[in-house]
Amino acid sequence: MASITIRDVTKSYAKSQVVHGVDLDIASGDFVVILGPSGCGKSTLLRMIAGLEEISGGEIAIDGTVVNRLEPRERGCAMVFQNYALYPHMSVAQNIGYSLKVAGVPAAERTQRIQAVARILELEPMLDRKPAALSGGQRQRVAMGRAMIREPKVFLFDEPLSNLDAKLRVQMRSEIRKLHRRLNATSVFVTHDQVEAMTLADRLVVMNGGRVEQVGTPGEIYKRPASRFVATFVGAPAMNILEGVVELDGLSLLGDSRRLAIPRVGLPVGAKVAMGIRPEAVRLVAPGSQGALNATVDLVEELGAGRVIYVDLDGAAFSVVTSETVHPAPGETVGLKISPEDMHFFSSETGARLDVFKASVPVPAH
Amino acid sequence: MEKRVTFSRRTIGILFAVPQLLLIFTFFYWPAGQAVYWSLTLQQPWGGGNIWVGLDNFRSILSSADYWNSIAASLVFAAISTGLAMFVALVLAALTDRQLTGSRFYRVVLIWPYGIAAPALALAFRFILAPEAGFMAVVNQAWPGFWDPGLDGVDAMASIIAAFSWKYVGYNFIFFLAAFQAIPRSLIEAAAMDGSGVIRRFRDIQFPLITPTIFFLLVINITESFQDSFGIVDIMTSGGPANATNLMVYKIYSDGFKGLDYSGAAAQSIILMLLIIVLTIFQFRFIERRVHYR
Amino acid sequence: MVERTPILNFVTHLVLFIGFVLAVAPFVIVAIAASHNLKDVNDVPMPLLPGSDFWLNIKTAWTTADLGPKLLNSFIMAAGVAAGKVIISALTAFSIVYFRYPGRTFIFWLIFVTLMLPLEVRIVPTYAVVANVLSPYQTILDVTGLSWLIEKISGVRIALSFGLLNSYTGLILPLIATATGTFLYRQFFLTVPDELTEAARMDGAGALRFFIDILLPLSRTNMAALGTIMFLWAWNQYLWPLLVTTDQSHATAVTELKQLIPNIGGIPEWNIAMAGTLIVMLPPLIVVVAMQRWFVRGLIATEK
Repeated sequence: MASITIRDVTKSYAKSQVVHGVDLDIASGDFVVILGPSGCGKSTLLRMIAGLEEISGGEIAIDGTVVNRLEPRERGCAMVFQNYALYPHMSVAQNIGYSLKVAGVPAAERTQRIQAVARILELEPMLDRKPAALSGGQRQRVAMGRAMIREPKVFLFDEPLSNLDAKLRVQMRSEIRKLHRRLNATSVFVTHDQVEAMTLADRLVVMNGGRVEQVGTPGEIYKRPASRFVATFVGAPAMNILEGVVELDGLSLLGDSRRLAIPRVGLPVGAKVAMGIRPEAVRLVAPGSQGALNATVDLVEELGAGRVIYVDLDGAAFSVVTSETVHPAPGETVGLKISPEDMHFFSSETGARLDVFKASVPVPAH
Repeated sequence: MEKRVTFSRRTIGILFAVPQLLLIFTFFYWPAGQAVYWSLTLQQPWGGGNIWVGLDNFRSILSSADYWNSIAASLVFAAISTGLAMFVALVLAALTDRQLTGSRFYRVVLIWPYGIAAPALALAFRFILAPEAGFMAVVNQAWPGFWDPGLDGVDAMASIIAAFSWKYVGYNFIFFLAAFQAIPRSLIEAAAMDGSGVIRRFRDIQFPLITPTIFFLLVINITESFQDSFGIVDIMTSGGPANATNLMVYKIYSDGFKGLDYSGAAAQSIILMLLIIVLTIFQFRFIERRVHYR
Repeated sequence: MVERTPILNFVTHLVLFIGFVLAVAPFVIVAIAASHNLKDVNDVPMPLLPGSDFWLNIKTAWTTADLGPKLLNSFIMAAGVAAGKVIISALTAFSIVYFRYPGRTFIFWLIFVTLMLPLEVRIVPTYAVVANVLSPYQTILDVTGLSWLIEKISGVRIALSFGLLNSYTGLILPLIATATGTFLYRQFFLTVPDELTEAARMDGAGALRFFIDILLPLSRTNMAALGTIMFLWAWNQYLWPLLVTTDQSHATAVTELKQLIPNIGGIPEWNIAMAGTLIVMLPPLIVVVAMQRWFVRGLIATEK
């Protein structure tokens, strides 16, 4: 078990910089998930921790030791790769035991440890098979076993579930979680799948454009997204955003046609603001109800347990998740009710969260 | 194309290349450089000093009727044997690619000749084409004096062409067949749906698509006709009769090792090297073109 | 294809059959001629039914050309060239694909150029180098003044001399000194997923370990293909062994064929000559038939 400290780490290739000064502290035994869209630098960051990429600037320390100049094998990390990277010419047992062989562990001990790992991962019956003869889930487990056998200080996962089908992915997810509870080793897991991220993480790191946008528990990230990017990236369907302008008596949305009478605190008149509301926080009411916004239904997606209703709000696309037994038809007019405490505000310029409105007493829209 | 992942120990990296570099320096670059040096000097056999003569060696070679005769013989040999070997192979490969019954069998047997050493097949052909025994003797019985590679230069040339072509039909066949089989089946089927028949499809689809292979083989065949012909010539004709089959490599060998004229042999080597380099560069132009087809 | 083309099919079968006959006839004729006695083989036309002297002729050819040791020499040379190629090309390709060092591109081109000039065209100076394989280094020492310096300082006169004529080393090494194979491996190495390398590094394997434990086992098919091609190519070499083996002890089977050419004058002993030819062409033919897949694959891969 080990803590990881990342200080102002940057990565640049010949022409472009892909990681811009990342700071991150990972506590010993934490399961940290780095979430972000492809190309956000999350894999690069992981590979820099692993020692597979050189660190262009800044420092990475594992357990207080700066590892910038250490070879991967000297860092005490193990990694599970996206496409498993199993050695095709070696049997399952050989794949799992290869790192021990390299380290010069005697054969008897090696066999014993391979057996132990195989037992945990239920790989015992297939130890003599080649990777080609395994199913996707089995390969995944071999890749995990290969990481586990070294009893590393840190586990690194590079989108390890993305090659599995949906059902298997859910199953492996819980297996990884269980395994972590059992081994309690510091783990860093990279993914672009937010469900995976939310379900696995003790702490979630959201990255975008080579920068860390927010660090927090999944709950914090969902409830108080630190930026417009995080707000729209985490949560499905994505958070609805309405652009608005700060006015003397509140906030005008949708180009003046709607007005939220929210006291202006600390923002100059004319400042551009984005208001966000999660689809699951919007309530459907009868059109014309008190304090409701009228909208036209575009499309209804049935999810079984509920449905997603896409509506047109004076030209802005808006989505609503509802489990109520209402069945609006496309073209129908519905009323949307939004509680002010569910609203999130972000600066239109920087995308940063604005907490200025939050403290004030909300006044319903007229 | 480059690897994203590399190892960081540079010194070790170079060490891996050292055996190869030592070999090519000692047995390739040094001799090649030596050939240039010798071609510009008058070299005493095996030491004993040398005199700088500039381009004199080249001048004397290029003014020698023997040398021009050797070039002419080489070109005739290259042109006819390449044409023959490629045409026959192309036809056989195209027909094998139709995949009628037995095509698998032909695919196996037709490449055998390429495995045979040039001198061995030369000896076989020397017997088969011998004027007094073997098979051409039958023809000679009907028309006495019709065939004698030992006396008639044209007959001798025909003999070595036959032997060389026989071997390289096998070689070209392998490549042509691979090229035909690399053409996506769907392309042929699309053409069939468009209403074109077997012959038409060959002309309009298959043939244009294998032109890169044709150019590639053309260069390889010509280059091989310069070098792999040595064993054939040495066994079948020894360059005779009257130098009719004294091809360039054979002449380099006989001038250098039999006549002990190292400077002359070196100058001939340089000319042959230049010829092959030009051909190779020509080939690269077409390899680039080949990429466009993919 | 469902279309019916009976005439074309007939022509196809006919032409392919003619091709087959032309490809196989020389083998058959050689075999039949090798079975005749001296009189029959010189008959015009030669009887097409095999004679009864096959084993006798084989035995005569075997002893006349001393084929036992010669075949062994051929085998040693071919195996040596194949093994050397397979190993050295792999090492070189590993170096240029998996490392970044200054001059890498230059080395790449240095090796690439060797594809252009076959041994045959630089035969005379190569022979001189093999006569004293250290002569390039001696010359470098002389020209740079180093040997003068060393003589002045230590009083030792440097005279590097190490002849490789009439040795297996002399037979084999110059045949290895080309780029064929290096590029075969290079192409293959470039297709090996980067993740495998990374996984090996995470598992603690260094460059050498990765090369031996992962890369070479993965290259097995390429090694088989390259080995087959190089074995055949080396077995079939003629000019080079002819020059380097001035002494009979290291001559190869292919160069010995020359001993079997019937003398002018007298009745030519074609039956013996053909028996010898048969013996010499058989090993490569067996390799081609047995290793057909690797042979074809290797041929196409090395030339591209």
